[in-house]
Formats: sequence, C-alpha cells, structure tokens
Amino acid sequence: MNLVLFTFIVLLGFTSYYFGRKKAYTIQSTKKRLTALPQFYGYYLAIWCAIPAFIIFSLWAIFEPTIVKLLILSDYSNQGYLDDELNLLYEKSKALSRGQFTGEITPFIEASAEKYLSLRSIAQSSKVVIVLSAIIASVAYAYKRISSNSRTREPVEKFLNAVLFTASLAAILTTVGIVFSLIFQTIDFFKVIPLFDFVFGTHWYPAKAFVRDSSEALDPTMYSDTFGAVPIFAGTFFIAFIAMCVAIPIGLMSGIYLAEYASTKVRQYAKPLIEILAGIPTVVYGFFAALTVGPFLKELGTSMGLEVSAESALAAGGVMGIMIIPFISSLSDDVITSVPQSLRDGSYAMGATKSETIKRVIFPAALPGIVGSILLGVSRAIGETMIVVMASGLAANLTLNPLESTSTITAQIVVILIGDQAFGDPKTQAAFALGMSLFLVTLCLNIVALRVVKKYREKYE
Amino acid sequence: MNKNKEQLLNKRYKAEQRFRLYGLSAIFMALLFLTIFIFKIFSTGYSAFQKTWLIVPVTFDAELMMLDQNPSKEDLQDADYYDIALKSMADLDPNANEDQENELKRMVSYFFEKEIKNELLNDPNLIGKTKEVYLTASDDLDQVFKGNYPRDLPEDQRRVSDYQLKIFDQLVANGKVESKFNISFFTNADSREAELAGIASSFMGSIFSILVCLMIAFPVAVLAAIYLEEFAPKNRFTDFIEVNINNLAAVPSIVFGLLGLGVLLAIFQLPRSTPLVGGITLSLMTLPTIIIAARASLKAVPPSIREAALAMGASRMQTTMHHTVPLSMPGTLSGTIIGLAQALGETAPLILIGMVAFVNTIPGSPMDPAASLPVQIYIWAESAERGFVEKVSACIMVLLGFLIIMNLFAQIIRHKFEKKWS
Repeated sequence: MNLVLFTFIVLLGFTSYYFGRKKAYTIQSTKKRLTALPQFYGYYLAIWCAIPAFIIFSLWAIFEPTIVKLLILSDYSNQGYLDDELNLLYEKSKALSRGQFTGEITPFIEASAEKYLSLRSIAQSSKVVIVLSAIIASVAYAYKRISSNSRTREPVEKFLNAVLFTASLAAILTTVGIVFSLIFQTIDFFKVIPLFDFVFGTHWYPAKAFVRDSSEALDPTMYSDTFGAVPIFAGTFFIAFIAMCVAIPIGLMSGIYLAEYASTKVRQYAKPLIEILAGIPTVVYGFFAALTVGPFLKELGTSMGLEVSAESALAAGGVMGIMIIPFISSLSDDVITSVPQSLRDGSYAMGATKSETIKRVIFPAALPGIVGSILLGVSRAIGETMIVVMASGLAANLTLNPLESTSTITAQIVVILIGDQAFGDPKTQAAFALGMSLFLVTLCLNIVALRVVKKYREKYE
Repeated sequence: MNKNKEQLLNKRYKAEQRFRLYGLSAIFMALLFLTIFIFKIFSTGYSAFQKTWLIVPVTFDAELMMLDQNPSKEDLQDADYYDIALKSMADLDPNANEDQENELKRMVSYFFEKEIKNELLNDPNLIGKTKEVYLTASDDLDQVFKGNYPRDLPEDQRRVSDYQLKIFDQLVANGKVESKFNISFFTNADSREAELAGIASSFMGSIFSILVCLMIAFPVAVLAAIYLEEFAPKNRFTDFIEVNINNLAAVPSIVFGLLGLGVLLAIFQLPRSTPLVGGITLSLMTLPTIIIAARASLKAVPPSIREAALAMGASRMQTTMHHTVPLSMPGTLSGTIIGLAQALGETAPLILIGMVAFVNTIPGSPMDPAASLPVQIYIWAESAERGFVEKVSACIMVLLGFLIIMNLFAQIIRHKFEKKWS
C-alpha cells in the first residue's frame, strides 16, 4: 500500500516537473525573458510536490501509532486497569491483527484487534487522501505563482544545499545512535552492578546470571562476583599484545623495505599482494586459526612436552597479527615515502649507509606517523571479533600464559547476545556495558592516532 | 689505523646487508602466510564441489507404494515411497539382518525417499519396472570416497561402521559409486545434513543485504561528500563532522551490531534476522568509507574545471552537479565497490542482529529471515560434523571469489574511466 502510494507520488513529482518546464517554455515562446533555465521551473514544482508529501509521511509515521493506541485504550481507560495491563492488551491485539498471536484469544482481545484493524485502515485511507490533496494544492499554488520574473533557481539550489547538508549529518547521527544505543543499557547495568565491581572484579561468569523471571524483584546480591571485567580486559589487551608482536616487526620491516629498497617492479607486485591480507574477511581468518593454527600449535606443544590448549591465545593473537600486517605496512610505507628527500640526501652526503640513514634519520623523522599507524592497528586488534570468537576460548581466564585460552570483550559480547536476548536483564545489559567500554577505548585510540598522523602530515607538507 | 677503518667499514656494510635481509624476509613472511592460507583453503575446499552418488537399483513396485492401476499425477504425489526406498537399500545385501538394514539405509542421505519420488514423477512409466537411481551418499561416505575420512580408526570412534564400509567398497568395485559436480551446493538452502547443505539461502541473504546497504549508503555518502568538499564553510562544526567520519571508519564493527540491536530492533521494531536490518547496519558501517573515497575523488578534480564553469556563468550548484560530480564518479564508484566488498565480508554485526538463525528456506525479499555468506561460514565452522569442514572452505572460496571480482571491477572502473589530470 505504502509502496504504491510512494510510486504514485514519485510519478506526480515527474509530472509536476514536466508541467513546470512546459510553463517555462510557454512563457519563453511569448518572447519574454526567463530568470532561470526552463528545467529549474520544473525542479521548483517537483520540490513543491516533495515537501508536503515528506512532511505528511513523517507526521503520520510519528503520530499514527500513538493516536491509534490512545483511541483503542480509551475504551478501557476508566475501568481500573493498570498502565502495564493496558499496554499488554494493546500489544496482544496488535499481534492478533497481524496474525502473529500465539496466546489464548479472548473475545476482549478480538474486539480490540478488530478495532485496531479498522482504525488502521481509516488512518491509511485518510493518509492517502490528505497526502494527495496536499500535493495537488501545493503544486497548483506553485504553478500559478511561477511567472517570467519569479525566481526559481535560487530556491531550488537552496533546497539542494539543505539536502546536501542533511546528508552530511549522517555521520554525526550514526555516532549519536551508537552512544544512544549503548548508554541506556549501560546505565541500567550499573544500577544493578556497582561500577567498582565491574572494573575491578576478577570473576566473569555471565552464564551464572540466568535469565531472570521478569516478575521477580531484582536481587543485586545474586550477581555479586559475576560481572568482574578484569579477566576480559586483560584477555583483550593480552591477545592484542600478541597480535602486535607479530604485526609490528613484520609490518614495519616490510613497510621500510617497500619504501626504501624495493625496485618499482617488486613494489608493484608485493604491495597489492600484502594488501590482499587486509581484504580477507575476518571470519575466514577465524576459521583458519581454529582449524589449522590452533591444532598445529597444540601438536607442536605436545611434541615439546608443553600443554597447549587447542583454543590458545597464541593462535588467535598470531592470526590476528597476520591480519594487521598490511595496515601497519602500508601506513608506515606512506609515512616513510613522505619524508622529504632532502633528509636522505643530507645523510648520504655525510657518508651514512642506507640502513644507517633509515635507522638514524628517516625512522626518527617518521616516528609520529609510525606510532599513529601502530595505534590504529592496536585499535583494530582490540575491536576484532570473529577471530577471537572462533579461535580463542569463551571462558574468561585471568592468565598471562599464551598457551592457555582467554576471552576478550568482543567475544563475550557475541557469546551473550547470540540467540535471543531479554532486554532489561543484567546479562544482556552487561554486553552493552562491554560494548560501551570497547567504544570508549577504541575512540580514544583512534582520536589520538588520527591526530598524530594528521600533525605529522602537516609537518612535511 | 687503516686496517681498523676497513674493519669498521666492513662491519657497517654487513649491517647494511643484514638490515636489507630483515626487510626482505618480512615481506617474504607476509607473502608466505598468504600462500599457506590460500593453499589451505583450496586444498580442503575443492572437494566440496564434487558430490558422491550411489547408484542403486530401485524397483517401483506399485503394491508397496499403495498405488492403484493407472494412477493420476496426484496419486503419484501422495504415494508411499518409504517402503520401496527402504527395500532398494536393503536389497544391496540380501543377507542383511535388521540392524544391518538400518545401517544400509544410513548410507544414503536423509532425503533418499524424495530422490526416488522425483525419479518416478519425472517418468511415471517406471511403475513396475526396475531402474538404477542416483542417490546422494551420506556425508560420511562422501568423505570416505573423497579420501578425507580416517578409515583406519577403531570402529567405535568412527561414524561409519565396518559393515557400511564393506558394502560401500563392493559398490565402488562394481562402479556403482559416482562423483559428479555438486550442483545442490549452489541451489540448496542450509541444512542440518552436511550432504544436502547449500549456500543458496545465505547467498541470497548476502545479495539482499548488500543491495539495501548500497541503496542507503551510496546516495547519502555521495551527497555528504559533495557538501563537505564543495559547499561546507570551514568552521568548527564541519571539523566536528570530519572527526566523526574519520572516527567512525575505525570503530569496531561489533559496535555497529550493538547499534543495530539497540536501535533498529529494540526501538524501531524492525524484523529480526532479516537482510533489511543487516543492510541498514552495514550501510552505517560503509558510509564513512564511501564518504572518504568520494571526497578524495572530488578533491582530485582540478580547480580549473570549476573555474571554467563558473566563468561561463554557471552557478556553484550547476558547476558541482554538471562538472565536478560527473568527473569524480569513477573514483567514487570504485570506492563504493570496495566499501561494499568490506561489508560483504562482515560477520560480527550480523550475528548480533540475529542473522545466525538456522534458515532452511531461500529468502525471497529483504524482509525474510536469512543468513549471509560469512555468517554461513561461521555457522558451519561451529558444527562438529566432518562433512561441514570442506563446505566451509568451499563457501570461503565462493566468498573470496566474489570479493576478488568486486575488487577487480573497482580497479577496472578506476583505470578505464578515471581521467588523469597532470
């Protein structure tokens, strides 16, 4: 229904464009001079068609459900029901009218479901009527108004400018959306679990916090010693550390080699090949780590008399390190190539070899940029999910032994939220609290890293 | 003194060579990982494109099927195929006792009855006759035939019994086992039975998600990039937008999953597990990537183009829309494709919005529950059956194939259509 209406409005828009342009041509044929190109007259009318349609659609989307709910519940409002009961009744009748209701159908609910359906259809048809009449009225008004000396280009361009500006707000809206979706659940979580217990507690067993019957009162003592995030934070940084131990030496050295030593031909082939590593989906790395690297390390360890878990932190971290190599190598490659040639020439003129120049002159000059690229790599390692979910353990051990299994923030979020979630349960909220800490940590790292890199770029430009 | 100098010089040259070697070996290591990786995936995955069939003679006995004389099409649909199916399997070994008959039945897939039914529906004249029918082998025998199964394990640690192996070897010796291209891997939806599981449902889920993502992210990102690059005044607010975009590009993907869960599902009540929600979530993720690419390619259009248009009397909007934006399109498009390729490989946010649900139907619209290719990889990788291991690798090969095609496409657009300004 809405789709048909929408298509029809789009068609109306095209028609108004056509009429506007036609009017412009008619004016032109009377040898009067136009103030804008004919198509602007068309765009002008089309905008007059779009604006009322947009306004009415949004108003309907915002107010229709509330009004329908009010009208349905007004029948029962004076009969002594509690608000919760009324809400439940409304949800039930809504579900029934969609044919998704599974509970017992009482005549009571059936009646209100029927009412819901009839109200909805009234709302729909009145929407159609109002939208169409509003569009026709506004387009007709605009059509009458445009004449040889009316301005059409300026309003059209202003409108376009407003659209462009709105689009640019999308990034801010996304950030707001992220914070918004995390913050309420996080606050609710900290109402039950004290912040201190979360940040300094050393036991993380969310499985203990089974889904609570929502009618029971919340008993905070039930959750003591359940949501201590220290093992998870430790595991996250530990795995990120292992990953960086692999990624930094390999990534940095390949970046240096590509920037300073490699011939154009080697560079031409090696660079895109290394960057393939960054394009492989993380779930593929996860599969590789779980199926190949984990068992391999276990076997290797057993042959050396060590006890290695099949889901060791070493396997997850190592594979994650491979994934991060290209980030570090291409960023540090960029950074090193942008060091001015004069610094190199100066060093060579003093008799330094190439490696000495790199180690003593170029590396210090490029250091801020390299640090920035490493920080971005760390941020990626901390936020990486699939490798850890598939290759590292899901039980949160507080350990610094790379051969044992540990868990990370991201893995715990997935473990908690996979399957059905009960919003309002501390266990679900814990996932959002973890998400919040992840967001904050990576935000800080990103901002610092981006600033460092930017400063560095400005220095040599 | 001179000798000392020479020694020092030698030492420095050696250090130089060593340093160079480190760099070379770092690159070598990175490429070695890549090679091992690709080799491993291909060597475990290629066999999934073949499927093992057992050729079993089936007697279409009208009595056993409870059919009358001259049955109509509906009768054939409703007939009882289980008995003839069971009998034809049991006939493989005339001396089999009841337990062994059961084992014989388990040598073929769970839906062998349906395969026999289809055979008859295709050719109703078969009633009363015997025909050799291709039946899908069970996933374990499939692995045995492909040589991936450890036959020498003690019997109680295997899912295939000695008896089944014996009969199977007889069939192989008689040429009654055949391996053919596995079409059902591409046409079937997911299944709990490894031999029947296919990627069609997750493939469609991926396509729908990517389309939704493209339809939202591309217009918004291009408009935003045009504003920021061509019209935005330089002030603190636009700086703030810029910081936001750069930061969003580096926010972990799982946080976007929490956004989808907390806002799209919990507040807007959009249907769970659907490509619609998945696509919206992915579009928020790809937005910054496309904005950054579009801005870069707008920036690459030389100012002389703009100045020429302005000098001819075009307004700023006309200059942008008629000249700058079309010239920047190749770069923008290739950035968009790369962004979409990233979105196509994304798993974690989709898991959070419920796209891991087991779906055994092929979705027909973005509003139907579905998985996506990477999520399918995750689901199969988590299941213990041996038959799924090669499926995972094959699914990875399909996914990587798509990513390679998309990236090549982006390259081609960039090289073919982008104007080089010098």
